[in-house]
This record gives sequence, structure tokens and C-alpha cells, in this order.
Amino acid sequence: MTETKEIRYQGHLHEMQKQLMGDYYAQLTAIANGKSDAKNAHLLIAGNPVELVRAFDMVPVFPEVNVLQLAVRKQSLPLIQKAEELGYAVDNCAYVKADVGLYLSGYQAPYGTIPKADLLLCNYVGCNVYLNWFEHLAELTGAPAVNIDIPFVRSADGEPSPGDVDYVVKQLEELIVKLENITGTSLDMRKLRRTVENSALVGELWAEIKELTKQRPAPYDAYFDSVTMMAVLYCLRGTDEAVSFFQAARAELSERAAKGEGPLAEERFRVVIEGPPPWPFLRVFRDMFSRWGAVAVASTYSTVGGIWEFGFRHDPQRPLESIARHMLQYNLCNRTFLQRYDQMARYVDEWSADAVVIHSVKSCRLFSAGQGDMREYFVRERQVPTLLIESDLEDPRYFSQAQLRNRIDAFFEALAQRRLTAASDAELAAGAAR
Amino acid sequence: MTLATVAPIEAVERYRDVVEDRTFPTVREWRARTGRMATGCFPVYAPIELAYAAGMLPVGLFGAGNQIEMAHADSRFQSFICSIVKSTLELAFVDRLAPFDALMFESICDPARNLASVMARNFADRPVTYVHLPQNMTSPAAVDYLAREYRRVADELGAVSGNAVSVEDLRSATRAYNGLRARLRELYLLRALSPEKISTAELYTLSRLATLTDPADGEPLIALSIATARARESRPKDRVRVVLVGSFCEQPPLELIAAIEESGCYILDDDFLLGWRLFKRDVALDGDPFRALALAYLDGSVHLSTKHDLRQPRSAALIASARAHRADAVIFLGAKFCEPGLFDYALYRRALEHEGIPHLFLEFEEKMWMYDKIRTEVETFVESMLFT
Repeated sequence: MTETKEIRYQGHLHEMQKQLMGDYYAQLTAIANGKSDAKNAHLLIAGNPVELVRAFDMVPVFPEVNVLQLAVRKQSLPLIQKAEELGYAVDNCAYVKADVGLYLSGYQAPYGTIPKADLLLCNYVGCNVYLNWFEHLAELTGAPAVNIDIPFVRSADGEPSPGDVDYVVKQLEELIVKLENITGTSLDMRKLRRTVENSALVGELWAEIKELTKQRPAPYDAYFDSVTMMAVLYCLRGTDEAVSFFQAARAELSERAAKGEGPLAEERFRVVIEGPPPWPFLRVFRDMFSRWGAVAVASTYSTVGGIWEFGFRHDPQRPLESIARHMLQYNLCNRTFLQRYDQMARYVDEWSADAVVIHSVKSCRLFSAGQGDMREYFVRERQVPTLLIESDLEDPRYFSQAQLRNRIDAFFEALAQRRLTAASDAELAAGAAR
Repeated sequence: MTLATVAPIEAVERYRDVVEDRTFPTVREWRARTGRMATGCFPVYAPIELAYAAGMLPVGLFGAGNQIEMAHADSRFQSFICSIVKSTLELAFVDRLAPFDALMFESICDPARNLASVMARNFADRPVTYVHLPQNMTSPAAVDYLAREYRRVADELGAVSGNAVSVEDLRSATRAYNGLRARLRELYLLRALSPEKISTAELYTLSRLATLTDPADGEPLIALSIATARARESRPKDRVRVVLVGSFCEQPPLELIAAIEESGCYILDDDFLLGWRLFKRDVALDGDPFRALALAYLDGSVHLSTKHDLRQPRSAALIASARAHRADAVIFLGAKFCEPGLFDYALYRRALEHEGIPHLFLEFEEKMWMYDKIRTEVETFVESMLFT
């Protein structure tokens, strides 16, 4: 094979992201150390009502982001094992175990200190482990907890019923009362609208950025580079800083697109990647694709916190209803498995992908359970070359480097061969026609 | 000498093998007799009254047990997914779900939810109804939501059966299942008070039968069985009194349940087939029956690993149950790869240690057929209990 040289892209937005995330964790640390009076709420990434939390000047804390950063720094395993000593099973989600381990270690992380929650705000959007997770935190920490129940999509067209929307709005109104009690302030509707407007702006910019990877070459990798932007999208959504960041990101990536620059020296294969990344081995995993010239043009993982690329925007004129719709309908987790097939099929068609790569992670069964059927669907019914590989998002014990590399190499070798054969067939056919 | 040879319970003798038969003989017989349809209900809790009100027989669909080999479903669901999800799909692939005209799944866990999708895609001619059960038990809005959800489900099932569900249909169905659940509560009470009179293997057979028959048929059988068991003159044995938890979805083989008992335990309470006897009391028969059923789930049901009620931790409920049953110990019998159960174990263990209640962790798979290892573990545990 001809190895494709990777351009180690470290643009301005990477620097901005580092600065913003550093500031965010400094804020959490200040709260944890008693140097800030700000209240905080722990909540989950997928389809959350962070706009309400921000409207009360509370700081959102995201355990998923905290623990994935531990994994990236290769510090998750001792914490996972600490939780297992308490009775957690090897088969339990390792995100939860790492977070429990982090709590047992005094919430001291290398990037900052996590404050104990003033409110455990469980936004139950499809993931049942979310419920277990916050229930456990409530029992372990004694922090008050609330579940916001989001009815799962049940209609054939994916639309929630008016009753479902109303049910979620009512729960958000009940949440407002809780947040008022915690902060001792009343909801400032102007501030909420402003926050929701910021989320709408960020959604618009993020959608435009996603649109850029329809170009050849894609100006960035929609899986591996998206995570840089996702950190800001999730931790700072609703803020002015997030809007500025995404304006800068759009400008920088648009410029790269205009110049015809991509993340690799040569884009040979365009793939759609499904599933979360193996955080403890992100670089190694990326290199397994880069060496083949494979670039992700779309990814389902980048829609966990919200799906904006198909038109949804928060609406400052209807703040609670649009937050409810985001939670109900416009995030990957609260949609059916078959809606995910459709989402990926759109990516394959509209982003002109050559193949699908399914990264099946043991920890997250919301993502992974049934991905063998997903492979069947793409291979048999849509004739899209599809690779299914397994490891984990947090637990390094499930990452088998040699095995993964063999599978990925074999897949792209076959794809390359198929392309050669197709080209040769086309040439022969053209010759015959002449 | 086993209890059954002392005074056999006729229904247990007759149905012991039938309840594990994945050709579903009771369902086939019912369909032939009534000419009506059946709905397969995946655990843990399904609003079975809605199917019954639509003129269908709701049937507990507890995977394939150790009855069939996996040949197709393994390629759809990964090795780290629990057996019941795969074996239920396998039943469809080998056409064992033919007696069912519709399937019902609920929001109990992530693999079960995805199974509903996979089942719908691969077997498009068998309608799948997905029920979202609320997880905010304290919101005043939850009851309206759930009553609405039940009306939607009733409409879907009514469209399959051709019988639109009326208020009176549902009230009548609720009455029938109130009767069945009352008998099951009576059965459990009998065992809790006099475990020497009925074994858990017998109780389990009867409870499982309740998930496979029309309540009009099942309830009298259970009543008769209770009378037979009550009349037994069995003397209590020197056994360890335990509460067993962890088997609320995938079910252990009957032989495994018997093996645990035979290793020296009286099981005083368990969570086998819990969804079929979830309510602490009868569902109200006055007022809106959809709302009554919703209220029963939200405010009148026992604790359950897939119901996240922040008003009372499940570990506290387990401790209360152990105390109420004067249990010496708790056995956690969890299905392999069952994430809700395994999560609960961590909190159970913490609470049990805090309360000084001995406990034993066991793991099973429905497809297992060797019980020596578990038998040895329980025997060792029992010995340690008896000699301390």
C-alpha cells in the first residue's frame, strides 16, 4: 500500500478550544475550592436543557466530558478499577465507573477539580445508563437529583406528539422552580431567550461547518477533528464564547475548503463513522485510518448532543418548546436505531461516502447493541462496504491494537482492490464500446 | 423426599415442561379455542391489560431459555449483549414467534430498545409496539403523559386485532388481571410465611404459567394450587432464609432455581417475572381506566431495577424486604451482561454491607445447563451462614 502522509493540523481553533476549555475547568475548580459562589448542575451531553442552567448563571458540569478526558490522558483505568472494587461489574459502562472512581478520588482530575453537584439533573434521552449513573451519584454523594423524562421517539415519522412536547415543557417548568430554589433567583426570561438565541446561532454555524465536508477533499475530519469542536459545543453552548468560537471555526475551515486543503495530503477514501471513539487510543486509532488516506466526512458521534445539520434550530421566541424539541427529537440518543440507519444513509448519499465504519463500543449499548444488524442493512440492502470493529470508549483493556489494525487494513485493501477492479472494468467497457 | 412427592400440585406437574416449551403450546391452544390473536410482551413490565382489552392474549416473552441454539441472532447482537435479547430475536428467525400477531417492547434498557427496532426491520409483517414508561416519578405531569401513552398503545393494538379498545373493555381487562395478580400475591405470601409448604420451583412454574395463559384460565389454577400447598403438612427444615434479587428480566432455568433451594435455602421473596405482579394492590376500577393503570405504575408499584424512582432508593427497598421477610441473607442472581441488574448490585452490596446482611453474588445465563458451580457456591455460602 501507499501510505498517506498526514498533515498534523493544529489551526487557530485548536488553540481557541484549549483556552476556552482551560477557562471552563478553571471555573469548575474555583467552585470546587470554594473560590466561587456559582452553583452548578451535573447533566448529560445528549439532548440537554443547558440553556436553562445557563440562564440561571449556573455552571453545567458534564461527567461524560470529564471522564473522556481522563481516558485521553490514559488515566481512566485505575479509576475504573476503583469502582469495580466497590462491586461494579466489568460489563458496566466504563464512563460511569470512571466517574464513580473520580468521585472516590476527591474529584481531583489532572485538568481541574470537579465540584460536587448542587443538582444532579438527569436528562433521560434514550440512554438508560444515564438514569443509573445519576441515581448512583445521588446515593454516593447525597446531592439532590431530578430526572427529566423524555419520551422516546415512537412515531413512524420520528415526530413527537403534541402531548409529548407538552409533557417535557411541563417538566422544564418544574425544573425552573427547582433552579430558582437553588439559586435564590427568579428566571430572567430575557436571559433565557438570549441563551437560546446563542444556541440557535451555534447550531447554525455547526450545521454550516458540517456542510463543508461534502467537498472533496473534506477540509477536516468529521470524526476525529469534530471532537475539538464538540467540546465547546457541549460545555459552552448558550454562551457568547461558544458563538465566537464557532464563528472563528467556520471562517478557518471555510478558508481551508476554499483552498482545497484537507487533513491528509491525499484523500483516498471518504467514510462515515458510527459510534464513539476509543478515547484512550485516539491518536493510534486515527492513524489506522490516516495511513490509508481515509477521511471521515460525517459521523453519528458528532450528533449525540444534537442534530443540527438537517435543519433544527433553537428558537428564542419559543424557548421552552424548542429546548423540549431538541431533547425529544433532535439528538441521536432519543431516536430509534432505524432512524440512525436513515441518518447514516443520508450521510453516505449526500456526503458522497465510499464506506461505513462502525466502531462498536462495549460500554455504550445505546450505540452498539444491534450493530451487527446495522452492518447487514448497509451491506445487503444498500450495497455499501461496511466494517464493524470493536473496542471501548473508556476502558483501555478492550483495545486490541494489532487486531484492529489488521481488520482496518484488510478492509481498505479490499476497498482499494475493488476500486482498481472497477476502474479496469470501466476501461475495458470503454474499449469495447470504441 | 421432595415436597412434590408429598402432595403434588397438579398444575405444577402438568405445566412444568410446558412453561419452558418455546413452541408456546398454551398460546396455540388458546388461539385455536378462541380464534383470537396474541401479543408477545418482552419483559420487564408491559401494560398487558391493553392487549387483553383489544381482544388479544398478552404473553410473556422470556427469550428462548436453554431450548434453542443460536444460529442467526449472534451476528446481529454482539457477544457482550445479554442472552434474552439475542434469543428472543432468534425465536423470530426460526419462526417460533408464529403464534404472535404483535410484539410489545418497553423502555427498560438500551439493548431491549434496539431489539425493538431490529425486530421491526427484519420481521416487518409483525407489528412492534414500543411503550415509553416514564422515569420522572415525581412530576405531576407524568400521570397524564402515561395515560395518554396507554391510549396510544391501545389504539395500536386495537388496529392489529380489529377491536378498538373501549373504556369498558379496559376496565374488564383490569378486573381480570387484578384477579390474577391478587392470586400471585397470595401465592408469594404463602411461600413467605410457610416456605416449607411450597418450593420456589413450584411457585415459579405457577407464576410463569400466569404469563402464558388467559387470566380466566390461570387464576383458578393458581387458586387451586395454593389450596393444595396450604393443606400440606410439611415441617420447616433448617435452611438459610434468603431474599433473591437480580432476575427480573432474563429468567434463570428452572433447574437452577431448584438447585439454589436444594443447596439449603428457603427463598422468601424474589423478583422473577416481576412485571407480571408489579402492583402492590388492585388497580382502581372506577374512573378513567387508562389513568388508573398509569397511577398504578407511578404510585402503586413495587421497586424495580428498570424503574428509577428517586423517592426511594432500590437498595433501601431491598433492605426493607430482607427485614420484613426476616431473611438471614440476600442472594443476587443476576443475568450475565444485564446492565440494570449489575448496576443495582453495586448499590445493593454497599447497602447490605452497611446493614450487616450477608449476601452472595451469582451470575447466570438463561442458556446454561450445568449448575454444579452455582450449587457449590450456594452450599459454601449456606455452610458459612449455618456455622457462624
